[in-house]
Parts: sequence; structure tokens; C-alpha cells
Amino acid sequence: MPVLTELADAVILGDPARVGALTRQQIQAGVPPKTILDDGLIAGMTVVGDRFRVHEIFLPDVLLAAKAMYAGMDELRPLLVRDGVPSIGTVVIGSVRGDLHDIGKNLVGIMLKGAGFDVIDLGHDVPPEKMVQTAQEQGAAVIGMSALLTTTMPAMGEVVELLRARNLSGTVKTVVGGAPVSAEFAREIGADAYGFDAGNAVDVVKDLVGRR
Amino acid sequence: MRPLLERLAAGEVLVGDGALGTMLFERGLPPGEPPESLALTRPAVLEEVARLYRDAGADMLETDTFGGSPLRLALHGIESRTEAVNRAAVQAVRRVAEGRAYVAGSCGPSGRLLEPYGDVSRDAVSESFRRQMEALIAAGVDCVCVETMTDLAEAQLAVRAAKAVSPGTPVIATMTFDPTPRGYFTIMGTSVAAAAAGLAEAGADVIGSNCGNGIEHMVAIAREFRRASTLPLIIQANAGLPKTVAGRTVYDETPAFLAGKARELVAIGVSIIGGCCGTTPEHIRALRAMVDGVRR
Repeated sequence: MPVLTELADAVILGDPARVGALTRQQIQAGVPPKTILDDGLIAGMTVVGDRFRVHEIFLPDVLLAAKAMYAGMDELRPLLVRDGVPSIGTVVIGSVRGDLHDIGKNLVGIMLKGAGFDVIDLGHDVPPEKMVQTAQEQGAAVIGMSALLTTTMPAMGEVVELLRARNLSGTVKTVVGGAPVSAEFAREIGADAYGFDAGNAVDVVKDLVGRR
Repeated sequence: MRPLLERLAAGEVLVGDGALGTMLFERGLPPGEPPESLALTRPAVLEEVARLYRDAGADMLETDTFGGSPLRLALHGIESRTEAVNRAAVQAVRRVAEGRAYVAGSCGPSGRLLEPYGDVSRDAVSESFRRQMEALIAAGVDCVCVETMTDLAEAQLAVRAAKAVSPGTPVIATMTFDPTPRGYFTIMGTSVAAAAAGLAEAGADVIGSNCGNGIEHMVAIAREFRRASTLPLIIQANAGLPKTVAGRTVYDETPAFLAGKARELVAIGVSIIGGCCGTTPEHIRALRAMVDGVRR
């Protein structure tokens, strides 16, 4: 079995020690870091995301795979920076102001990282101003917002408004999600997209940055 | 009142209450405020909602303590008020329930993922549940209701915490399942059969499911529980799944629809039938009428 396939499998199985070792081995063998990332780590996480989507595996499997992927990323990151390899985009994510639920949002973050995005996770109860400011400072292409409560959903509209007020609507796209959120709600507040689950969120963010 | 478990053992079917959170938001709970804070600031609102459900015919009223474990309250910086919050919430419902309905101390998930998936240890979660259970039981609940659990290990910690505090207090334990092509599983991968076995092993007296599904999936889930366990069962269904209509979140399963399908729960042998998200006093009134009309 090719080593990169083995690496992808180690991600799928959630084995951080093996992922770290195989990544180092590939680096030493002179494989370009970008290839190790794409054909090893991201390839593995893509399989994990697909299996989770069809309920073949569950949240614990995804979380363990993510931990394994991070073990490989820790090895690769300095080299990717050195080589000036850009990520496919930066996404700022957070649960909106007043909302303290973040398990769903965390899952979206894992899936986005697994797809090769740089993810800046602002945590939960994030004020609209902070989301917009961070996106601006970090040159993020997308802000991803999560809400689990119907009562906190309006804060999503505030972020969209704030971007509009600062003439950032075209530069920084918005995607919303969470149990009570719908495509109709996204349209209503003028968000650019709606993700119905973590896997779908990755697809729509890829669409937003033109990478699919 | 006769002890809860005696009535269930005798084959009675009891009616639970309906959604709490939406009722509280309608009564002015500010967005972002934890619903549990009302126990301290506006207990009269909790009494009012409990009275609506009692008058609709609920035999069991849940306390506003779903997020009342210190790990959850810590998100709002009020974990030091754990005892006061839980006590006041129980007292509010007790003033309404006295003699006419059981007071069930609600206990939801910690909101954290247990190691190795997350960053919180079993000991920390266990201690958090212990503190809440101690407060609920000291305040005089008739039973506790561990609910909306998706991680069996966490649900077991909550059940064991209650039994360690008071072996004689009945423990209801319910989990939330998603329909998948291979059957019903929690997002953490627990099947109905595994939940039934695991909750019983931890010492739960009544088991079942709440939230996450409308009544039709709940009927199928109840069947799986019945096949897997001889314990009394409880089902608290949502009024469907949330939809947005003209900017408002709505649950569109009507009281008549819920009660009509819930008839099948009685046939399966479910002992307690109530509502979760989106259900109202009208849903509970319809369930009451259905249960009263069915003789097993």
C-alpha cells in the first residue's frame, strides 16, 4: 500500500502516533508537504466526513480522526509556511452572541480543517463586532455562524449587516447553520449560504470560495 | 400520592408535561440568559408554566433545571449558585404540583464532551452531576429526569450520581436518537438497544427517549426500547422538527396529530407519554384525553 494511503487510513482510524510517524517519514522521503497534506491527511478526513454524513460512523470517530489529523498537521505546518503554500482559505467560525452551544460548531471547524481550510474558532457567545473584526484582520474569506437557540439567531443578521455597513459583503462571505436555522432564514437575513450539517457546511464554504 | 414506580408497575399510563424553554422565552426570558436563572429572578413565571401544564392534565412536571449542573451553569458564571438555582426551581414547581403531579428534577447534558473525545474528565462530570442531584433531591423532587443525553457514558454518570445521593429516588433516563439508514443511533453512536442496556445497568428505573424527533419516529424508537427492555418506558416527543416560517421557528405537529400517533405508544406499553420541544399545554391536553380514553 502506498504510504500516503496508509497515512490516510491512519487518519480514518484515529491513530495520532501513526499519523505523526508516517507524516515525518514522508517529509524525510522528500514528498512535498502539500502532497502529504492533500493525499494523506485531507484524503483521510474526506473519507471520515463522507462516512459520518451517511451515519456509517459517529461523532467519536470523527473527533478521534481529527486528533490524528492534527498530529500530522503539527509536522507539516512549519513546512507549508516555509514553502509559502496557501491554504484554500481562512474561515472565522463561532457560535453567535448569547449562544453557548458549541459542539455542532466545533464539528464544522473539524470538517473545515479536514478539508484544508485555515479555521479561526472564536468559541461561543461571540459578539458580531468581534466576528467581523477578526475576519477583516485575518483576511478571512468566510464567516461561519452557529446558533442552537431561536432566540440567538437574530445576531446572525447583525453580522451580515455589519459587513454590509463596512462594504465587506463581497469580500467576506457568510454561512449560517444550527438546529433551528434554515435556508429560508439565511435568505431572509441576507447570508450568503446555509449549511444543513457539518459535511454540507464544508461543501457550501468551498462553493463560496470557488474551490469546488 | 402513590409512589411513581408503584403506579407504573400497576400498568398505569401517565402524562408528562410539554416544552419549557419556548414558554419561558414567550414570558420574557432575555436571549442569552440561562433559563435556569429565572428560578432566582422570577420564580412566579416557573409556577405559571407549571400550572398551565398541570391544568392541561400532566401527571409529572419537570423543573427548570435542564442546565442546572455546575458545569453548565459555569458557562454563565453562576456555578456557585448551583444549590440555590436547583432548590428554587424545585420549590416553584412543588408549590403547583402539591399532591396532584409528580415533580421531576430535570438534568440535561453537561454540554461538554468526555475524554478522550473532549477535554473533560469523567470525575469532573460525575462531581458536577452529584452536586445538582444533591440539590434537587434535598429540595424534594419525586424523581429525577436525566434527559436529552447522546453520550451513554455521560448519561450513566448522571444516573449513578442520583442513585449515589439517594438510592430510593426514582431515576428516569432518556436519550436523543437520530434516524439513520441502519436504525436509530445517538450522534455519539449509541443504539436504542445499547442505551436500554446501559441505562438499566447504571440503575435507571424508567428509560426511553426525548427530543430530536416527532412522534412518528418516537413510536419506532419506543418499539425498539420495548424489544430491548422490560423496564417502564417514557417517550417525550417534539412537535415535529423545527421549520422557519416568516422568520419564526415553528413546530407543526398538532395536538391532535401527536395524540393520535401516541395511541400507538400506549399499545406498545409506554408508561409515561409527554412532550418536548414545540409542544404546548394544548398538546398535553390532547395526550391527557387520549390516555383517559384508552383502557389497557
